[in-house]
Amino acid sequence: MTYLTKLSAAALSELLVAKEVSAVEATRAHLDHITAVDTDLHAFLHVAGDAALQAAARIDARRAAGETLNPLAGVPIAIKDVLATHDMPTTAGSKILEGWVPPYDATVVARLRSAGLVPLGKTNMDEFAMGSSTEHSAYGVTRNPWDRGRIPGGSGGGAAAAVASFQAPLALGSDTGGSIRQPAAVTGSVGVKPTYGGVSRYGAIALASSLDQVGPVSRTVYDAALLHDVIGGHDPLDSTSLTDSWPSMAAAAQAGLTDGALKGVRVGVIKELSGDGFQAGVTQRFTETLALLVAAGAEITEVSAPNFEYAVAAYYLILPAEASSNLARFDSVRFGIRVNPESGSLTSEHVMSATREAGFGAEVKRRIILGTYALSAGYYDAYYGSAQKVRTLIQRDFATAFSQVDVLVSPSAPTTAFKFGEKLADPMAMYINDVTTIPANLAGVPGMSIPIGLAPEDGLPVGLQIMAPAKADARLYTVGAAIEQLLEARWGHTMLSQAPALTPTEMFASEEGAV
Amino acid sequence: MSEITAEQVAHLAYLARIDLSPLEITNLTHDLGQIVDSIAKVSEVATADTPATSHPMPLTNVFREDVVVPSLTVEQALSGAPDRAGDKFRVPAILDEE
Repeated sequence: MTYLTKLSAAALSELLVAKEVSAVEATRAHLDHITAVDTDLHAFLHVAGDAALQAAARIDARRAAGETLNPLAGVPIAIKDVLATHDMPTTAGSKILEGWVPPYDATVVARLRSAGLVPLGKTNMDEFAMGSSTEHSAYGVTRNPWDRGRIPGGSGGGAAAAVASFQAPLALGSDTGGSIRQPAAVTGSVGVKPTYGGVSRYGAIALASSLDQVGPVSRTVYDAALLHDVIGGHDPLDSTSLTDSWPSMAAAAQAGLTDGALKGVRVGVIKELSGDGFQAGVTQRFTETLALLVAAGAEITEVSAPNFEYAVAAYYLILPAEASSNLARFDSVRFGIRVNPESGSLTSEHVMSATREAGFGAEVKRRIILGTYALSAGYYDAYYGSAQKVRTLIQRDFATAFSQVDVLVSPSAPTTAFKFGEKLADPMAMYINDVTTIPANLAGVPGMSIPIGLAPEDGLPVGLQIMAPAKADARLYTVGAAIEQLLEARWGHTMLSQAPALTPTEMFASEEGAV
Repeated sequence: MSEITAEQVAHLAYLARIDLSPLEITNLTHDLGQIVDSIAKVSEVATADTPATSHPMPLTNVFREDVVVPSLTVEQALSGAPDRAGDKFRVPAILDEE
């Protein structure tokens, strides 16, 4: 049943609907594959095997009884550990929440369950989603399936690695400054950050509330669209949730597969997101993709977004400021661990301080202290106040650009996957890695990353970022599916079919080889 | 060059309620200095006439009907607490006797 793990969610769904494969068989195939490969990759923090098989059996029973179910019913899915699940631990990659089982489901998780998707488990992430490499997880790194000595991106490295290594066809991620799109780029998978407010944040452990968005992680654009349709739409439990009615993203992706889908589409190339600092192979694949777009009838224009240069700086003021107040809830009283101080009196204040010293990792402390600084009297106007003004300028850059073009494109990340430890010693080197993805979060616009080939110099995946105006998420799916189809036609295969095999036997062989 | 001192970091850590070791304070003083130098450039373009944006999708007055809906039970609400006393969260002393 190994072949079941290689199928897209859409292809698996067809077999399930036709009753050629049961949800239990599909779930068991994925659980077996997790057992075979994940001790090494460590994409999952928790695998809920029994619960998954029971959920799958219920779907099979309902389908056998002739119920009409969502097409994705019975399809397995992995869930980033930032999302509350009432039956699985939810730690956000932090020791401070070790073992915490929330008393409720995040809205997106409730919607998955109600559509009949089968949760396999929770995926690894940088602690509280602070990082671009998953090296800041309190529970150890996740390895990139393309090269186990390299990072899988972050913060959602676990979700991307799980999907890229065929441990799940779908995953849910969250994206505050690129945490869905950058892991997708470096693992050769697909990731979408929806319009801010398009998907509920209720039950997503907050990092920076004005930037966070939950979104789909998958191996194909169409699969991401199917998942987007399940999780999207208004949620009264999230006061920032948009009340708009949304078109079918799946239909939008299908529209991208028709002839001439790219004809006359105005594509803007962002001048500021290219050139110095971008790896040669990334630039090469990006340029080739632009040529492919031109050949397909798209009109390419260079657009300038002069204030993007200030986006990373603004982001690393706004994010820490919001995070420092959001993470104040970890007070050792209502949830999480409690640690008593080694000396001094046992007051609430001292216990809280000792708990946060023991429970938070270095990056979380760094950002809380930075945020506390940015918000303190005397610095507020110069730092946080200015960053909010930059946010306005970046929104204006997007508005100007989208008055000329339908979508904007850039490489999803400046480089391919870097090696473990390469950027750990220098926080700014890690932060600047998000230069391509951060502007979309500051402006609230949707963004998608799709694979566009391997960089010739290192054989690692390169991603294309596509951005659309706020609420025009459907456009991403049309354009993304069209480009994906063009590339796969040219390659004669999918991107992830080229990833190194991860069978247990080969893993042992490579370990022996390394010795 | 920003002038972030170890005393400042220690004070920020107190405000943020995180005990830090002397080594952590030393490291954070260095990191923060470097980060603040890099991000201070926001003031270059943030002119007085630029309005601030706090939220990407401005929404105002998001109300709902004032009706009772199901909520967590006491047991659910206390299920993750590190300590409890009956139906309540048990907390350490609020006031220091010293």
